[in-house]
Amino acid sequence: MSSTAIAELLRNHEATLLDVWVAAQRNAGMRLDLMNESTIVTNSAELLRKLTTAAAQGMDDLDAAHWQPVKTLLEQFSFNQSRAGVSPSETATFVFSLKEPLFKLIQEHSAEPLVDIWATTQLLDKLGLYSIECFMSGRESVIREQQESMLELSTPVVELWDGILAIPLIGALDSNRTQIVMEALLEKIVETESDIAIIDITGVPTVDTMVAQHLIKTVTAAKLMGAQCIISGIRPQIAATIVHLGVELGDVITKASLADAFRVALKQQGTRFIAATSR
Amino acid sequence: MAKTQTLPLQQETDIVLIRQQVRKAAESIRLGIISQTKIVTAASEIARNALIYGGGGECVLEETQRNGKPAVRLLIKDNGPGIADIERAMVDGYTSGNGLGLGLSGSRRLVDEFSIDSAAGRGTAIELWKWR
Repeated sequence: MSSTAIAELLRNHEATLLDVWVAAQRNAGMRLDLMNESTIVTNSAELLRKLTTAAAQGMDDLDAAHWQPVKTLLEQFSFNQSRAGVSPSETATFVFSLKEPLFKLIQEHSAEPLVDIWATTQLLDKLGLYSIECFMSGRESVIREQQESMLELSTPVVELWDGILAIPLIGALDSNRTQIVMEALLEKIVETESDIAIIDITGVPTVDTMVAQHLIKTVTAAKLMGAQCIISGIRPQIAATIVHLGVELGDVITKASLADAFRVALKQQGTRFIAATSR
Repeated sequence: MAKTQTLPLQQETDIVLIRQQVRKAAESIRLGIISQTKIVTAASEIARNALIYGGGGECVLEETQRNGKPAVRLLIKDNGPGIADIERAMVDGYTSGNGLGLGLSGSRRLVDEFSIDSAAGRGTAIELWKWR
């Protein structure tokens, strides 16, 4: 029995096959809470129909054009599954659960059941693996989107006072983000004509030489533009680490807290607060 | 109580993950906050070196014991060009790239034990220890 015969078998028993397959999926523990039953039936019916059409034109080469509709459907399905938070094995079960009913059918009708079952199992294995691959790339695209949105959580540069800017840095300062943040600070210095910028690193868990280098570069660049930087939020453990690393922060003013840094900045400006009522 | 895990080191985000895992391990053997920060920073330095100069590799992180004290052991390996002159590479301020030249020498000062195994042409493996 050739692939056309298998296609014939699929076509002739489509309705029963669909029923048994959907039941098999349910038994295999497809999560009906994440996907409603009618979606499963629609998906299954559509895959079965496309599978029949494709199988009629040869089952050896999945890269052939006539398999494209099947693959597109699986892609769509797996992608949705990964978005819905379904596990990869459940996604693969969709295809793999077709084995049992289909093998039974072959056994009943085929002259050479072993040969046909082997051909079918190879096909379904490939399709199953393909759906897992699609599932994974769906996951990866989710991860990528999340990474990008993290980058966009760019740190705002805030104006604390006339001529005093502050930039509270939070999280890991790795390459891209640091670059963006630092450029934003320099631009804002020009825009607001500030002469003091406070870089607060309270929210930065690790200061290694690369982070230190970024900080030093920013301070130097700001200095070239006539602005002075104060680095604040240096916790004891960060101070100890910087000393052991041997990083020299040069003549940069550093402070333990943002409040301290703000006080220094106001003092440098000659700004003083006077209480409205005398105490 | 030994607990070992191997972490990939192929892209920048892997460094972030390594830092997080090292911090977790350091917390779980109850290192002080300063020691925690030191081993995390050293791990970050060495991992970045392995990625930038060694083209990536892997990091083995182990919670273990050293002379009866709870310890964290890190082994960071790459398959890069290796370091031809280790003595020179360990000097403060020497860099073959455009960093500050403090990564290797600084990391050695941050940990309790530091050993480096490398030669031109056969990659670099660096072992870091920090104990309580």
